[in-house]
Amino acid sequence: MTRKQRRGVLIGTSLVVLGLAVGLVLYAMSDSIVFFYSPSDLTAMQAAPGKRFRLGGLVEKGSVVRDQGTTVRFIVTDGAKTLPVTYTGVLPDLFREGQGVVAEGTLEPDGVFHADNVLAKHDEKYMPPEVAAKLKKQGVWRGEASAPSPNATN
Amino acid sequence: MIAETGHYALILALVVAIVQMVLPVIGTRYRDPQLTAIAVPAAQLEFILIAIAFFALMTAYVTSDFSVLNVWQNSAAAKPMLYKISGVWGNHEGSMILWVLILTLFGAAVATFGTNLPRQLQANVLAVQGSIAVAFLLFIVTTSNPFIRLNPAPFDGQGMNPVLQDPALAFHPPFLYAGYVGFSMAFSFAVAALIDGRIDAAWARWVRPWTLAAWMCLTLGISMGSWWAYYELGWGGFWFWDPVENASFMPWLAGTALLHSALVMEKRDALKVWTILLAIITFSLSLMGTFLVRSGVLTSVHAFAVDPARGVFILAIMGVFIGGAFALFAWRAPLLSQGGLFAPISREGSLVLNNLLLTVACAAVLVGTLYPLALEALTGDKISVGAPFFNLTFGPLIVALLIVVPFGPLLAWKRGDLLAAAQRLMAAAIVALIVMVIVLAFMQKGPWLAPLGIGLGVWLLLGAVTDIANRVKLFGAAPGEAWRRARNLPRAAYGGALAHAGLGLVVIGIVATTAWRAERIEALAPGQTLDIAGYQLLFEGVEPRQGPNYRARVGMFKVTRGGSPVTELAPSKREFIVEKNTTTESAIHVSWRGDLYVVLGDQLKNGAYSVRVYFNPLVRLIWLGGLVMFFGGGVSLSDRRLRVGAPKRARAKAKVEAVAAGE
Repeated sequence: MTRKQRRGVLIGTSLVVLGLAVGLVLYAMSDSIVFFYSPSDLTAMQAAPGKRFRLGGLVEKGSVVRDQGTTVRFIVTDGAKTLPVTYTGVLPDLFREGQGVVAEGTLEPDGVFHADNVLAKHDEKYMPPEVAAKLKKQGVWRGEASAPSPNATN
Repeated sequence: MIAETGHYALILALVVAIVQMVLPVIGTRYRDPQLTAIAVPAAQLEFILIAIAFFALMTAYVTSDFSVLNVWQNSAAAKPMLYKISGVWGNHEGSMILWVLILTLFGAAVATFGTNLPRQLQANVLAVQGSIAVAFLLFIVTTSNPFIRLNPAPFDGQGMNPVLQDPALAFHPPFLYAGYVGFSMAFSFAVAALIDGRIDAAWARWVRPWTLAAWMCLTLGISMGSWWAYYELGWGGFWFWDPVENASFMPWLAGTALLHSALVMEKRDALKVWTILLAIITFSLSLMGTFLVRSGVLTSVHAFAVDPARGVFILAIMGVFIGGAFALFAWRAPLLSQGGLFAPISREGSLVLNNLLLTVACAAVLVGTLYPLALEALTGDKISVGAPFFNLTFGPLIVALLIVVPFGPLLAWKRGDLLAAAQRLMAAAIVALIVMVIVLAFMQKGPWLAPLGIGLGVWLLLGAVTDIANRVKLFGAAPGEAWRRARNLPRAAYGGALAHAGLGLVVIGIVATTAWRAERIEALAPGQTLDIAGYQLLFEGVEPRQGPNYRARVGMFKVTRGGSPVTELAPSKREFIVEKNTTTESAIHVSWRGDLYVVLGDQLKNGAYSVRVYFNPLVRLIWLGGLVMFFGGGVSLSDRRLRVGAPKRARAKAKVEAVAAGE
């Protein structure tokens, strides 16, 4: 094999691997990315039933109802609009009424958001950045606790 | 007083670092041996000063000196001693001090033990190390000073995030940082070589032990983090493709590639420019990991209080080092001579393929990690890129790599014989196929890809065995001869095979857990039972308990299997008093088949508790594999050939004397 051919094999293999990777990334981008919406976003646009997304907002005070078994129903609000959510499973430690929450799942034709994952949060003052940003936009943001930052973590 | 001493030492260290950055470079440029020689004592002094600052902070933590703001924010008098010590690096300011401590430790090691390095190379390496120290010390002193006092001093501290009060997590950051910062050595050597415009096989021999040590620490650090997430977060998962996890995984992938390309450079004097580039990329990814975690761009368990000044500062550090290194690379790399021709089918060729797949897989992870940030900055749309994306992109690329791994070590340097390698691997392939068929036959549920995955893991394991068997000529030579060869085989060969076998274990563990995990979520009243994976769990009730700095509600479970008692499990919810925070403590029963994993949930209306139970088959193999890889690295590191100069010292000395005599 000449030097030129060797280089050709090397470059060819690189191109094949790179092309494969780019193809995979583009395919995955179109298919497996989850968007984040607030209840107001959902009334503004029609979400396709069965399409997965993340719902963020505050858990409305007094809305948490525990059904038989481990199913929990609650309402997520962003101050302007609300959306009922149902979830079966163990809620994260810091799930509380009046606190921020992010739920992942699908909006079913009955108008209820069926969550299969409610995100765990790591301290009582933590607010998912998406929720904070949306709440700021809706004008119900109450600002961050003015105390020095709590448990910085690693 | 102790805090002021620490603060003073920190600022002195900054001054020393500036000296270490500037004078040696001037010295090498104008061939002034005295200026050049300053690098060595400067690096040693800098380490001592940072160590003083670090131990000053540790003293403040251990003695619960709440007049120091940092201690007040992150500690409490009632906290157990282990977490008072680990609390030093369990917060932003302290963790940056640890970062610089490890950096200067490595610098001092090069200064003290690198006596056989060419003077000029050593001085330049230490100067580059000094410049990194300058950047991070400036960052600490101006934005993240841990020695700020509070007046009046509060009576008790605010405590430490309870999920972090855990032994595995106490040691996770130091190992991770040792890995990140360890790659700075490869970076410094690369930049020094570019400044010099000269590079040879000996360069790779100096770089490889550092890279290997850094890679080992990173492997262990990532394994510990994954192990902690598994039992502490209560979700029973071992990897979440969280951006912060990715931030540590990308340097690992690039570092693994660097490890292999440095091998080619050392043995065959080829791939020089690529190895230099890879060293720069690896440390750039480490810096990016630090940026992503420390800047508050990402919100996660790792994110500290969001302070824009810090984010901008680290971004500037990144810009200077990454941009500067790449500019230097573009300018000087054409000067480096290329050498060592090889055929596509050869050991070199296989290592090139390894590098190609690893870096491309790393790039896919990078895209998935940064794309949401870029999209939000550009359009304001918020998305999350989760496991499905990474499974789809990273998965196929890494599977392609795993299939070819066993071939690499069986190919000869320069020109290999693929057919002969395939023949040697025939036994491994047949056994892997048989295992695949058996798994498929006994599989009741789960994806059809799972048996292939298990087969792949077995293929890797047996490939590593074949490699060693082939090297010692286990078959085809007299038994005594095989034994003699086994004893004379370099440790690096065993290390490499061990690391590849560890990889096989990790693959088997991941595939088995992902495909055949059983999960049940039920409301259980005391006296009720639950069945999972052949186990019966009897819920006996909940009792309160008191810990050193928390109150706990402990669920009592009696576990039986086929009527005979197995164990008792006690998952709990801990309520931390000072921190006003609750954590979930899972209870795990370990057996050779897998882990029985129980989590106690909330109390429901009728007095029942929600209970989550998992059975994770063979999940321990994931961390066992990580440990095996770590030990493989250690065995390789202990190879005599890697201790540069150990066998050559006498000869090198004779040469130096000859040169001196000639002048």
